[in-house]
Amino acid sequence: MSATPALLVTAALQRPQELVAYTLRQWEDLVHQARRANVLSRIAQSLGELRLLTRVPPAPRAHLEAALVMAQAQTEAVEREVAFLRKALAAIDVDLVLLKGAAYLIAGLPAARGRVFSDVDILVPFAKLAEVEAALMLHGWTTTHQNAYDQRYYRQWMHELPPLRHNVRMTVLDVHHAILPLTARLKPDSTKLFAASRPIGDKGRLRVLCPADMVLHSATHLFHNDDLSQGLRDLADLDSLLRHFGSERGFWEDLPRRAAELDLARPLYYGLRYASRYMGTPVPSDTRRRADVGRPPRIAVRLMDALYDRALRPVAPSDAGSLTPLSRHALYVRAHWLRMPPLLLAWHLGVKALRREEVTAQ
Amino acid sequence: MIVADLSYRELEHRLAGPGIRLRTGPVVSRIQSRLPAVVRGISLHYAEYPTEEDESFADFHVRVGRPRNVRRWLQPQAHFFVDGNLPFAPLPLDQAFPMLEWGLNWCVSAHCHQYLIFHGAVVEKSGRALILPAPPGSGKSTLCAGLVNRGWRLLSDELTLIDIASCSVVPLARPVSLKNASIDVIRAFAPGAAIGPAVHDTAKGSVAHMRAPSDSVRRGMETARPGWIVLPRYQAGVAAELTPLSKARGLMQMADNAFNYSAHGRRGFEFLVRFVDQCGCYEFAYGDLEEAGAVFDQLAARA
Repeated sequence: MSATPALLVTAALQRPQELVAYTLRQWEDLVHQARRANVLSRIAQSLGELRLLTRVPPAPRAHLEAALVMAQAQTEAVEREVAFLRKALAAIDVDLVLLKGAAYLIAGLPAARGRVFSDVDILVPFAKLAEVEAALMLHGWTTTHQNAYDQRYYRQWMHELPPLRHNVRMTVLDVHHAILPLTARLKPDSTKLFAASRPIGDKGRLRVLCPADMVLHSATHLFHNDDLSQGLRDLADLDSLLRHFGSERGFWEDLPRRAAELDLARPLYYGLRYASRYMGTPVPSDTRRRADVGRPPRIAVRLMDALYDRALRPVAPSDAGSLTPLSRHALYVRAHWLRMPPLLLAWHLGVKALRREEVTAQ
Repeated sequence: MIVADLSYRELEHRLAGPGIRLRTGPVVSRIQSRLPAVVRGISLHYAEYPTEEDESFADFHVRVGRPRNVRRWLQPQAHFFVDGNLPFAPLPLDQAFPMLEWGLNWCVSAHCHQYLIFHGAVVEKSGRALILPAPPGSGKSTLCAGLVNRGWRLLSDELTLIDIASCSVVPLARPVSLKNASIDVIRAFAPGAAIGPAVHDTAKGSVAHMRAPSDSVRRGMETARPGWIVLPRYQAGVAAELTPLSKARGLMQMADNAFNYSAHGRRGFEFLVRFVDQCGCYEFAYGDLEEAGAVFDQLAARA
């Protein structure tokens, strides 16, 4: 494996205790980069838990405190949303699996601490989708994409309904029935995900994915996502989940087996590779060896390494003209490539391009 | 060091190169720009502001520049970059300096959540803050510009920053943005005030900036205690009249004009109740700035 790129942000996430020795200028770079990558609040949270916040110079500390205020507000907002969701869906016979941030939060996982949230994601059985959507609309959620093509894009090809927005609280909800688009090459079976999911304490019909599935979803999300600007946050999630569940008995043995079962060997391979590459996540050698079945040809790995090294690097203003935007674009195209067969992709990108011109012309 | 310690050539050179680290109250912004309108604006409005050393901490890296595409010849535009991001659509090139001002406001309102931030002008006398929370068009900037030309200290014409721990109003004294008819009103009211060139056809109509008075700049780190919350309403020809407002309505007015009040949750609410309790709350209708100044002097003298 080639040398890990020296990233200020990933170093801070891994070893927050070292930050107290930073000069003001190092703090300046860290605050700006972590703010862009949406992980400033996570760094602040770690410093707080180590009782080191007061040892940060006042100027950068103000930014850490500001980030904590926002993260706390978002945490409370997600808790409220989940309570509203339970109420809205109480009358119908459906199990509700929380995904990503909301799942980490309600399940009380360390990955939620100091995390920035944007929307709430849930997974429901495909057969219940219409019923769930109707119940949500009755309780004030409305679709965000009125355009007929967008509706078709989501409903026919994607793994989720068009995002719903609550008409009073303006919060956004993503209702998934699978963790990858219907058109994607990999086909993880949602019924297996539901079967292995676990209830959360006394939260009625709220559930979360089992540990291995949660990790696999996080890895899949990171490596199929078209928006790499959130890449470091997603990587920090994956790292936190792996460290947390890694101490559970049988987790490391279960993970590669489950990946094979769900057709997610490739995302697991990349997930483990990049979590340890950037975040120093400890992965037992046996698990690593077994995850190697998901390894693509060597040249592809090299290319992906180069792209991720670039894309995860924050674009400093001094970097204007660097390869980072190009790498993000390459990964955007790749994400779409993985989500759709070539002909459909060409059609979709064509429609989007024409529509952009329409908007510009207006 | 202050900006005026640099010659115009040196300022131009710095702005085109490593930038200047400009301190405005608690905020240090590293500003870069090659645009002549921005250099002129900074030279006029920020001459007396402190600059920080290169080794200091800059809260934001901002740059106003031209996009690199064909539009640079057809219809020249200005872009506002913060930390390498573009939070706004580009504007016509002649709006470059107002764009810097709006951008600097945005940096604070979108990031500095260690404060409770309200949309409103704020001025100070005898250590007490007079807050004018109001939507655009209410005449708050005009009233603010009027008062700072009659002995009140400018804290901000746009953003009221309140520090929860110390229960004080934190200054962010920067140029006062005057719109449309106010530009000539203030030129006539305060002939000594330094007002930059008007820029026309912006989203807010014609805009010109008035330089913050020297005393406000010098005392840029001096906070103020809660004083008054006043909702201004300009109406041509009416006599100045201050009408008491219930504390509850004062609170609701602050909440309505808040940027990040909800982010502070319950703690924010409880704090704001205590804060408003310490303020006199009023509505204020006025038609003449001189008269308005006299009313507020009386108010300050009574306290």
